[in-house]
Amino acid sequence: MIDYWPLLGIALVVVGFALRFNPLLVVALAAIVTGLLGHMPFLKVLATLGHGFNESRYVTIIYIILPVIGLLERYGLQQRARALIAGIRGATTGRLLIVYLAFRQVLSALGLTSVAGHAQTVRPLVAPMALAAAEKQHGTIDEETAERVKAMAAATDNVGLFFGEDIFLAIASILLIQGSMASFGIQLTPFQLSVWAIPTAICAFIIHGTRLLLLDRRLGQHK
Amino acid sequence: MINLHWLYVLAGAVFASFAIGSARDATNPKRLGNAAFWGLLAISFWFGDSLGDIGNGILVLALVAIAGAHLLGRGSGVSTDADEREDFSRRYGNKLFLPALVIPFTAFVGTLLFNYTPLKGMGFIDPKAVTLVLLGLGVILGLIACHVWLRPPLTAPLEEGRRLMDSIGWAAVLPQMLAALGAVFAAAGVGTTIGALAAAIIPHGSVFLAVLLYAFGMVIFTMIMGNAFAAFPVMIAAIGIPILIHADGGNAAVIGAVGMLSGFCGTLMTPMAANFNIVPAALLELKNQYAVIRAQVPTALAMLAANIAILYIAGFRL
Repeated sequence: MIDYWPLLGIALVVVGFALRFNPLLVVALAAIVTGLLGHMPFLKVLATLGHGFNESRYVTIIYIILPVIGLLERYGLQQRARALIAGIRGATTGRLLIVYLAFRQVLSALGLTSVAGHAQTVRPLVAPMALAAAEKQHGTIDEETAERVKAMAAATDNVGLFFGEDIFLAIASILLIQGSMASFGIQLTPFQLSVWAIPTAICAFIIHGTRLLLLDRRLGQHK
Repeated sequence: MINLHWLYVLAGAVFASFAIGSARDATNPKRLGNAAFWGLLAISFWFGDSLGDIGNGILVLALVAIAGAHLLGRGSGVSTDADEREDFSRRYGNKLFLPALVIPFTAFVGTLLFNYTPLKGMGFIDPKAVTLVLLGLGVILGLIACHVWLRPPLTAPLEEGRRLMDSIGWAAVLPQMLAALGAVFAAAGVGTTIGALAAAIIPHGSVFLAVLLYAFGMVIFTMIMGNAFAAFPVMIAAIGIPILIHADGGNAAVIGAVGMLSGFCGTLMTPMAANFNIVPAALLELKNQYAVIRAQVPTALAMLAANIAILYIAGFRL
């Protein structure tokens, strides 16, 4: 008999996020409920949570970049990014983001995943450039459109990273696939796996690139 | 050897400076909440390894209490306004991009140097930490470049960094909290339960339906865990290996690689993948915290269809 009770924690996360409670609160509560329903004593749950938090500090290190980005913004970096795009003839939001998508996919495929990212490139450069291009196409844009353009810049970074990185042989996910398969006696080389990431990478470029061109058409409409 | 611990000391110092800056920010009505939040994070980075698991657990609950009680706020002070920034932008011109590019450039050159020269074997840098070490190095080089060229007040980087940090707020620690939740899920046996559930509803006789269940299983489980890495070992053990590879004779490399990529479609659609989906919304100061996910859903669904087609055709028909 499978014990389904620990799954209640997942339901709690879904409901909590949907009702827009503070996500930190939702996650902590879900962890405690799941642990208790999984027959762990409270102190054990607390210790597991604390250990997991302490072991994953590396994901929060990225914010040490903020002083540099903030300092450059104080001296007009975002304004400069906009001015640069405003001066390029034929620059559109869609074309700009397609170039960024290709750049992100190729670099990720070469294992250079941390060269770009939301803090490193999207906030200081790509998002203001995309906005400036949108204003060129459309004239002044309303807040809703500005949100959509900025969100699309972040989305393009994610799509480029996710569907580029697995082409690189030594990336964690390829090693995880190899290891999981090996534990069942199936031997695969990283090369065999990364080759099969290429069709998906091409599809991602076509699919997301098409969406970016459609965004251009919408932006170009009522000028 | 330079390892993660060096970076933790640096990050702790940055967060401690944010805490001190917050405490002194008279324009923020909730300044003490901010100071406590970033201060606790500094403690975590500096002393996390000596606090013990339960001590860290209490620290986590304290962070959650501050965020949950809405004790975090934002200051309203600005260093330079939009007009001054336009002036600076004109005065410094495109050279302003150079310090911003120091960080990616350090990562790029550093990764190449580390991987393709004897540097790797010399043991200066812990290979596990090399990406973050290069980030830290890039930040330091970038700051030096800015100071030499722009001559800002000495505390300006910390003030400006804190301004951005406050706009991100509690979302900054959400990815770390979700990783901790993943640890509790694993300890409570959530993965095995989901695997058993998936295996129980497996359809027999139809390869296409099995492929569909495998891909959707990856997507849904990834959305729950916020991470395809947690979903993959469970789904490959429940469906991939026994059904698709052994019973139906599918190509193992395709099923492994494209199964993982199907999971990535789930990553694009879930707030649980906070560092990709929620933090950028905060970083770009978007009104809707789910705006990035909304922008990604059509791409993710089309990519899922493409992955299912690749799994079926390349896995079984080629």
